[in-house]
Formats: sequence, C-alpha cells, structure tokens
Amino acid sequence: MKTAPKTQVHAEPGKQEIIITREFDLPVELLFKAFTEAEFVAQWMSTNVVKLESRTHGSWRFETTDPKGNIHGFNGVIHTLETPNKITRTFEMEHTPFPPQMEFLEFEPITGETSRLRMQIIYKSVEVRDNMLKLPFAAGINMAHNRLEEIMKK
Amino acid sequence: MNLRRDVFQAIADPTRRAILLLLASQSMTAGAIASNFNTARPTVSKHLQILTECELLTSKQQGREIFYHLNPSSLKEIADFVEPFRQLWEARFDKLEAIMKKHTPEKK
Repeated sequence: MKTAPKTQVHAEPGKQEIIITREFDLPVELLFKAFTEAEFVAQWMSTNVVKLESRTHGSWRFETTDPKGNIHGFNGVIHTLETPNKITRTFEMEHTPFPPQMEFLEFEPITGETSRLRMQIIYKSVEVRDNMLKLPFAAGINMAHNRLEEIMKK
Repeated sequence: MNLRRDVFQAIADPTRRAILLLLASQSMTAGAIASNFNTARPTVSKHLQILTECELLTSKQQGREIFYHLNPSSLKEIADFVEPFRQLWEARFDKLEAIMKKHTPEKK
C-alpha cells in the first residue's frame, strides 16, 4: 500500500508562497539543532557552511559545489531565532536573477520524540515562485540530458 | 493550430480557478458556468477559451449544447511540476533525520 509522503509541498496556483511541511522522528530540540549548527547543516544540505550565525540578526552564507565543480553561493540574514521554535530568515542565490526570498520556519513538538516543521517561503512575485518551482524540474531534465550525452559518447 | 499557453498563467487567474473548481464535480455548458459569476458572459467565454487552449478543459457537443469538462491529466501535469521540488526536500529531510538520529545519545 502506498503511504502519504512524509514531506508535503503546497503551492497554490496564483500565490507567491510555498508551504513545506514534514514530520520527523526527532525531538523538536534535535530537529532545531539540525538547522542551527554548522556541522549538521553541512551534512544534510551537502554544502560548505562558510558562515552561520544562529541568532537574531545573525547572517549566513553557504557554498555548494555542483558535480561539474562550479561553486554556487547562497546567503541571507536571520531576522529572528527563537530556540527551539522559530527561525525567520532570508535566502538568496548569488549571481542569479532570483531576488531574495523570505522564509518562516516553525518547529513544534508532537510528542517527546517526534516533531513537525512548517516552512513557509514567500517570493517576490508569483512568477518568481513558479520559476523557482521549475528549477529542480529543469535540473532533472538537464541531468538526464547530460547522462544521455555521456552514454552516447561511449 | 492552437497556441499552447502556459498552464500556470492560466490558473493564476481567480475566475479561471473558480471555473475549474466548478467543473471538478460535473461538466457544464458555458451558460451554466457563466450563471455562477457576476462577470459578463463574453468574459467567461474568454476564460473558457484560455482554459481550453492550454488543455485544462475539453469541450464536447451534446445535442445542441457544448459541455465543458475538466481534463484531469492536465491537472496532474501541474502536480508533477511540484513533485521534483518536493522530492528534493524529501531527500534533504530524510538525510537530516538519519544524521540527527545517530546523534541523539551524545548531545542532549
């Protein structure tokens, strides 16, 4: 039987936001730590954490190397950080036409050992949001295309 | 040849979304659809035309009347669009969960 996916994405047509929800088999404190401690962020986001000031009015910057060896920079500021319930921050992809986006992360305990994350991302416009949604879709196509090219070269 | 419009642009309009909702449970004629809105009949017709062009709706002649139907496969196309994005986050969160579970004993 097919069970409902753990991670849900709500992207209502015509709205400039995306809501991502997920339940974790983790106490809320531990889930929160995964977002605030550089060593954990680096692991699950597969990125180099250049800076992560996990506090209200702190800032952050990541550098991620893609399979081709190109480095992509991401940065933002943390507007509010309330342990272990809330992170409000901005996110910007450097050297892209995408404007920064605002992210509201809410963490709540379900039981002592389980917790829920609700991530609301607000984009500058509906168009920006839709293009952002299309990114992994486009990346998937590119990847498939590259793989095909590699196979064809052999 | 029909110009294939962007599906996302089509569903960005609130009236068009309302039309899709209306047709979710039953097929209807243009007149019946229009009677649900305060907007002028030609405006509704224009919306129906756009929705048909991007294949969100199909129309079928039944006797004298044309009935509009929802095309469920095109709606699936929209859902599929979100799916790669969802999978990206699912993969990240699965990893997060696995990493943090290992970590429980030492740090608490």
